[in-house]
Amino acid sequence: MIRADNLWKSFGSQEVLRGVSFEVQPGEFVALIGGSGGGKSLLLKLLVRLLKPDHGRIWVCGKDVAASSRKELELLRSRIGFVFQGGALFDSMTVYDNVAFPLREKTSLGEKDIRRKVTEELELVGLREAEHKFPAQLSGGMIKRVALARALARDPEIVLFDEPTTGLDPVVSRAVLDLFSAVHRRLRLTGILVSHEIPRIFEIVQKVAMLHEGRIVAVESPGRFCASPDPVIQQFVNGKASARSCLKEELV
Amino acid sequence: MGAIHNAKRLNTCMTRWLTSMGAALMEEVGRLGRSGMFLCQTLLHSLTPPIKGERVLRQTWFIGWKSMPVIALTGIFTGMVVALQAFPTLRRVGSEAILGPLVSLSLIRELGPVLTALMVTGRAGSAIVAEIGIMRTSEQIDALGLMGLNPLRYVVVPNVLASLLALPVLTVVFDVIGILGGYLIGVRLLGLSGGTYFGEMSTHVEMKDILGGIYKALAFGLLIGWVCCYKGYHSRFGAEGVSAATTQAVVDTSVLILVCDYFVTAAVF
Repeated sequence: MIRADNLWKSFGSQEVLRGVSFEVQPGEFVALIGGSGGGKSLLLKLLVRLLKPDHGRIWVCGKDVAASSRKELELLRSRIGFVFQGGALFDSMTVYDNVAFPLREKTSLGEKDIRRKVTEELELVGLREAEHKFPAQLSGGMIKRVALARALARDPEIVLFDEPTTGLDPVVSRAVLDLFSAVHRRLRLTGILVSHEIPRIFEIVQKVAMLHEGRIVAVESPGRFCASPDPVIQQFVNGKASARSCLKEELV
Repeated sequence: MGAIHNAKRLNTCMTRWLTSMGAALMEEVGRLGRSGMFLCQTLLHSLTPPIKGERVLRQTWFIGWKSMPVIALTGIFTGMVVALQAFPTLRRVGSEAILGPLVSLSLIRELGPVLTALMVTGRAGSAIVAEIGIMRTSEQIDALGLMGLNPLRYVVVPNVLASLLALPVLTVVFDVIGILGGYLIGVRLLGLSGGTYFGEMSTHVEMKDILGGIYKALAFGLLIGWVCCYKGYHSRFGAEGVSAATTQAVVDTSVLILVCDYFVTAAVF
């Protein structure tokens, strides 16, 4: 469903990705973990061509992302939902209009069908009653749920979650991850979840991929990942990374 | 030996200086090229459907209607001060009768378009930069792209079109109110006859003057929309990035308005 082969990306003299390769099968939910500033969000943006890699190729749904024409890319993107770190909701629109927006702009559905679809999505994320509110009136958790509803509005086959629990308290964060997990199971989506919620995310994903020093150093099931003797993985899983390596990651 | 060493050092310094100058020049040329491309793409999208009419109207209301009070206030005081300054000088040479044409031509040809554009830059241009900058930093622009929508068409084109529509109207309002301000001072305060004020005006003001003012307003409208949208669209991340983009946009637009004013004046009048 998603395949990346030898991706390289630099910003000036700073090499962020140095030969990233990985694969996600249809229906799989994969957690992408790694140090802050290590290029996880960047990798998601490369998958949808919000940015272009300096080198390497990406295939999504069998299409070469870099070689796709504008029309092909548009079609491809319509099969992908993206939940941004901060939600990226349009502040000038209500919750309802935010979710309805992609349907109004990119489908031929009538207003009646749009209402039915939006109501369905808002019920799925438990925010039916908040449809008239503006993003500024929502809590962090609610924003992430609306962002998910908007990402699901066009029935995507793939959903990419970019640190969706950042800035949320542990209770809300758990509720949001439970919701993502439930949605994934119910809709049988393929998903990549960038998160630092370890070990919580191990309960909801089928695979864990770890990005370290610009490369994917492991792609394993959560059980095998946790049992890995690799000191880098163990440091990360147990939260015992040395101060030096943490600082190094942050600087990158 | 020492002379050779000094010559080598001088050579190294010169090379470094030339390299850094060249890099800065290339960066500047690249920036100009990018902003030119941005304008071309915006104009292309402005001329081809679909145009987001509702957003154009909303932005026209924001740039045009909401700027009316400040334009009216600036206009009346500008007209009043021009009349107040000009009247004693004109009386000294016995030409008070041409106060009307002097006020109206100053406003229609020069002060109206320029001051209106500067006021709109300060009031609406800065808001456009901040809004687009925040959309950029909060990834709303990326979200539009991922929905298959062209952010230029959705965010930039409505602002540029609205600015093009609003500036000529605001300029006319500025001119009319400014002329009334001149009337208040020249006729009501300083005793010039009302008939003379308006009569001489109709003799001296030609359609070419009015059209010249409108062309200027259109050029300034395009400048405001282009520079403010470009700066917002490419603003750096964080509050500091948006704030820097806003300041830079207001300064650049204001300077460009004055530069452009010279060239349009030279071309039209």
